[in-house]
This record gives sequence, structure tokens and C-alpha cells, in this order.
Amino acid sequence: MSDTEREAVIKVRGLVNRFGTQVVHDNLDLDVWRGEVLGIVGGSGTGKSVLLRTIVGLNQPAAGTINVLGADVLHGSRAERLQAERRWGVAFQDGALFSSLTVMQNVMAPMREHLNLSHALMCALGQLKISLVGLPPLACGKLPSELSGGMRKRAALARALSLDPEIVFLDEPTAGLDPIGAAAYDDLIDELKRSLGLTVFMVTHDLDSLYAICDRIAVLAEKKVLVEGPIEGMTDVDHPWVQEYFTGPRARAAQSKT
Amino acid sequence: MAQPTFTFEDRDGQPTVRLTGRLVTQYLNLVEDAFSGTTVNGPSLRLDLSALDALDTGGAWLIAHLQARLEGDGVTVDLTGADADRTALLRTVREALPSEKGVEDIPRGLLVWISVVGAKTAGVGALMASLLSFTGEMLASLFGNILRPRRWRPAALVSQMQDAGFNAIPIVVLMSFLIGVVLSFQGASQLRQFGAEVFVVDLIAISILRELGILLTAIIVAGRSGSAFTASIGSMKVREELDAMRTLGLDPMEVLVLPRVIALIIMLPILGFIANISGLIGGALMSWIELGVSPGMFVTRLQENTDVWHLAIGMIKAPFFAAVIGVVSCWQAMQVRGSADSVGHQTTISVVQSIFLVIVVDAMFSIFFAEIGL
Repeated sequence: MSDTEREAVIKVRGLVNRFGTQVVHDNLDLDVWRGEVLGIVGGSGTGKSVLLRTIVGLNQPAAGTINVLGADVLHGSRAERLQAERRWGVAFQDGALFSSLTVMQNVMAPMREHLNLSHALMCALGQLKISLVGLPPLACGKLPSELSGGMRKRAALARALSLDPEIVFLDEPTAGLDPIGAAAYDDLIDELKRSLGLTVFMVTHDLDSLYAICDRIAVLAEKKVLVEGPIEGMTDVDHPWVQEYFTGPRARAAQSKT
Repeated sequence: MAQPTFTFEDRDGQPTVRLTGRLVTQYLNLVEDAFSGTTVNGPSLRLDLSALDALDTGGAWLIAHLQARLEGDGVTVDLTGADADRTALLRTVREALPSEKGVEDIPRGLLVWISVVGAKTAGVGALMASLLSFTGEMLASLFGNILRPRRWRPAALVSQMQDAGFNAIPIVVLMSFLIGVVLSFQGASQLRQFGAEVFVVDLIAISILRELGILLTAIIVAGRSGSAFTASIGSMKVREELDAMRTLGLDPMEVLVLPRVIALIIMLPILGFIANISGLIGGALMSWIELGVSPGMFVTRLQENTDVWHLAIGMIKAPFFAAVIGVVSCWQAMQVRGSADSVGHQTTISVVQSIFLVIVVDAMFSIFFAEIGL
């Protein structure tokens, strides 16, 4: 695809994040194109999660602009922000499901807040989302504390998909899952991306996911996006961390699977 | 943004539904009834999607649901005008349609309510058994450790004594002082009618020393420290810290529960004593202002007319109140299950039950002391 054809749904420019004297991001630029799965990788403490939190508005950066789906999420009006918020979904690392609500109520919560639909229709849509992420119908009535870690992650994804977003943010979606569960989750993301036309912004450490489903990878290092591009090009990058990450024994094992 | 429209027409004997606009979740309420009200008499229905501006999973669900319903009635549904992306989306949604109905909501209604009341009543026995077994476990742990000073935890104990006892002094002093003032003021206005003002000293001394000082302190401590015990141990339980302790060979009973209960048993009598003094000072001050009973006369009457047993009876009760508060709040913490919501729920129960049980124990002491003639 040439640059003129693809549309940037997320545009980050000159982002600076500081905690006290520690600078996490310094003049960071990043584009996410419509319909792609972008994997964010980086060592511990390079600000992957901070970047995600900043884009979705949970963290106020020191400087920079962030444009999501044409809306300025940092300096725009409240209405503009809300409009953008309804068009993205976030699945947190351990789900962050509301612990006093059942899975079904969790998935229905955003619909109740933002849409004017009948209860029966919301129930039906909730069931559809739960079924789309591969949870059995029995899971609908369960509380988050009664689910396994993998099921919680799927339920969190169902809630993120509740309003039919265009962009889905995933924070370490496969961390803590067994290899089979992680592979199934990867397939799920890939399938949803294709059938629903989602754009996926994924913070991950899982090399298997990177090889299996990411269209592009952005490496965070030295307080900015050091390099971005398809995974095949990563081994040619002349940077010690990138070299070690993508040519280490685990990377070779992940590569040989694809 | 164009809202979706649903038009049903009979074109050359072929029933056709034409959809236009944006068939997305946001607007589904506008066309929901049209979809669910559609019935077809002929053998087939054509669904024309060529004029749709947008389609998402919500819209696709309506179409797939209609399709499934009509096909169940033996009507074939032809989809026309859908491009490759929309066909794929429709297929995905179609495949994901739940085959069996999921568990929807918690059942409601009178019958459910009655059965909940019944279950709760039946549960009281189990609750008592659970409290007794917890108390037993705690006592076993206490006697198991009492002769082994190496396993005592003085640091935890002192820190709990500071939290639950020392830091509570200001509020206890203030509360008790005000109770003394109120008693004296109310008592004075009644006793003055009989010219028996000076008996206000007996009134204050007996009511505060024997009952109020210690009881109100216990209630404040239950609200202040009992709730803190339940909330802190309860959230540790939610985060599996208690399980982690057990795997490390640490007994939560010994590490968390005993220091808290013992700290309360040591500190509540001290707090109660401070409350007594403060209440007497408040009462004396008000009697002086209101009735002209000088502090000297107050002290003299206090010494002559008030049996020291009144003080003793109050102080004897204090450790029992403390044990009730400590045990109930730690036991409730162990009942926390799973969620953050549960911590709040059990904390409320813990405070209500400790205050209730403290008053029950107080009533039993009253009967006991009356029977032995004190």
C-alpha cells in the first residue's frame, strides 16, 4: 500500500512523557494505519503501556499532540473526545472487568451508557459479542472472579468490542496464557480484524503473536519509536536491543513456527 | 449521518426488503421493530443491501437474526448487493449466533425473594458454626504460641496497638467528654425540679463508669478499627496474599489475626479508662457551670458515694468487647470472596455484627452482675 492510499487512524506527534525527572518519551512520533495490527515492543520500562494509556487519554503528557480518528484527544472539546472514545475499545491486561457485574452485564454496560437500545436487543448483542470472542453461552451469567485468566481476557475483549469500535487497544493480550490459549487468542484477533475491519494497537512481549498476526511492529527504545516496519525487516536493524530481541533463541523458535 | 431505513415491498410477486443508510449499533432502535415484525407469506425473501452506507456487527446481527428466523419458518432468504467484506462479516456473525440461550440475568420475583429469606435463615446456623470454628482456630493458635516467645510478633503487635489504640485517643476523648457534658446538662434540668442537684454526680459517675464510657468506646473502636481489620485482611485475601503466606509456611492466623486481636484486648481497656476520665471531666465541668457544684465538691461526692465496683464492672467488660470486635472483624475478612465488591460488603457486615454483639455481651454482663448483686 502506498502512503496516499492508507489512512492514519492514530497520529502521535512530538509526544513527551515525564514522571518527575525521569523522561519516558521524548519527541515520539507514531502512525497507525487503518486496518492493520500494530505490535508495540520494547524492554521493561520503555513506556509501552504509558504510550497506550496516553493515547486513550488516561495519562496527560507533558507535550505533543495525539489525533485519533480525526479528533484531537488532548486539546479537543469534551464532545469531540467522547465521540472518539465511542469509536475505540480498550482491553486491559488483567481484564479490569467490573467485579460486581456478570460477564453479560459487563459487556452491556457501555451499551447502556451510550446507546438507546431495548433491553432485549442489548442482551442479544451482548450474547453475540460474547460468542464472537469464543466464550461459551454459560459464561454470560458468571462473575469475573469465577472465570479463568484466559476467559477474563476474552471477556475483556468482548466488552471492548461492545460498541463496535474501529480501533481496539490491547495491553499484553496473551501474557499469562498457556501457548494453546495464546495461539487461539491470536487467531481470534486475526479473524476479528479481518471480518470486522478492526485496527488493532497491541502492546505485547509475545514473539509468537508478533510473527503470527502483526502487520507492523514499532520498537520503543531510547525514549522514542526506534524503528517501525514489518517483522521481516527487524533482524536487519543495527541496534543491540533489537538484534538481541529478534535474533535470540526465542525469536528463532517463534519464526520457525510460521 | 444517514439513519437507516427499512422498506418492505412486493416486486413482481417477490417480497423484497431494501435497506439504506447506516445500519450500525447506534441506530438499531430505529429499525428493530421493522425487523422483528417482518413476516413473509411466499417461499422466499430478497434482502437488498446494495444501498447500505455502513454495517457493523450490531446491524449484521439484525440481518442474521431475521435470516435465521425466516429460514426456521421455511423461507429462503437471498442476500443481494453485499460486497466481499460485508459477506464475510455476515458470515462471522451468523456463525457466532448463540445456538442455546445463555444465562441472562439473575432471576427476580417474589418467589426468589422468599427463597433468599429462607436460605439466609437457614444460613444463620452455618454462620454461627463458622464463627465458633474461627474462634477455636484462633485460640488454638494463641495457646500454641503463648509458650514460645520466639514466635511472638512484637513489632506487628505494637504497630496495631498504635493504629487501633493510641491513634483513637483524640476521638474517644472528645466523644466521651461530650457525653459527660450532655448527661450532666440533661440530668441537672431534671434533678433541679426536686432540689436534688447534687445527685447529678452520682448520675454521671455511675452511668459513665459502669456503662457508657466503655460501651461507646467499644462502638467507636468497632467502627474505626474493626472495619479497618476487615478491609485490610479482606483485600489481602482478594489479592491471594493469604494463600501466598500459607505457601511460605506462615499462618495468617498467627501473622495477621492474633496481633490485631491481642492489640485490641490490650488497648480497649486503656481507651475505656481514658474515656471514663474524660467523661467525668466533661460532667464535672457542666455541673460546675450549670449547677454550681464545685470541682472539689464533685470529687468528694465521687469518692464518698460511688463504689469502686462501678469502675471495675466497666473495666472487666472491656477485654471481652475487644475480643468480640477483633474476632468478628477478622472472621468477616476471611469470608471475603473474589471481588472488590465483596470487601465492602463484608466490612459493612463486620461493623454491624461487632456492634450488635458488643451490645448483646453488655446485656449479658448486666444480668450477670445484677444476679451476683453488684
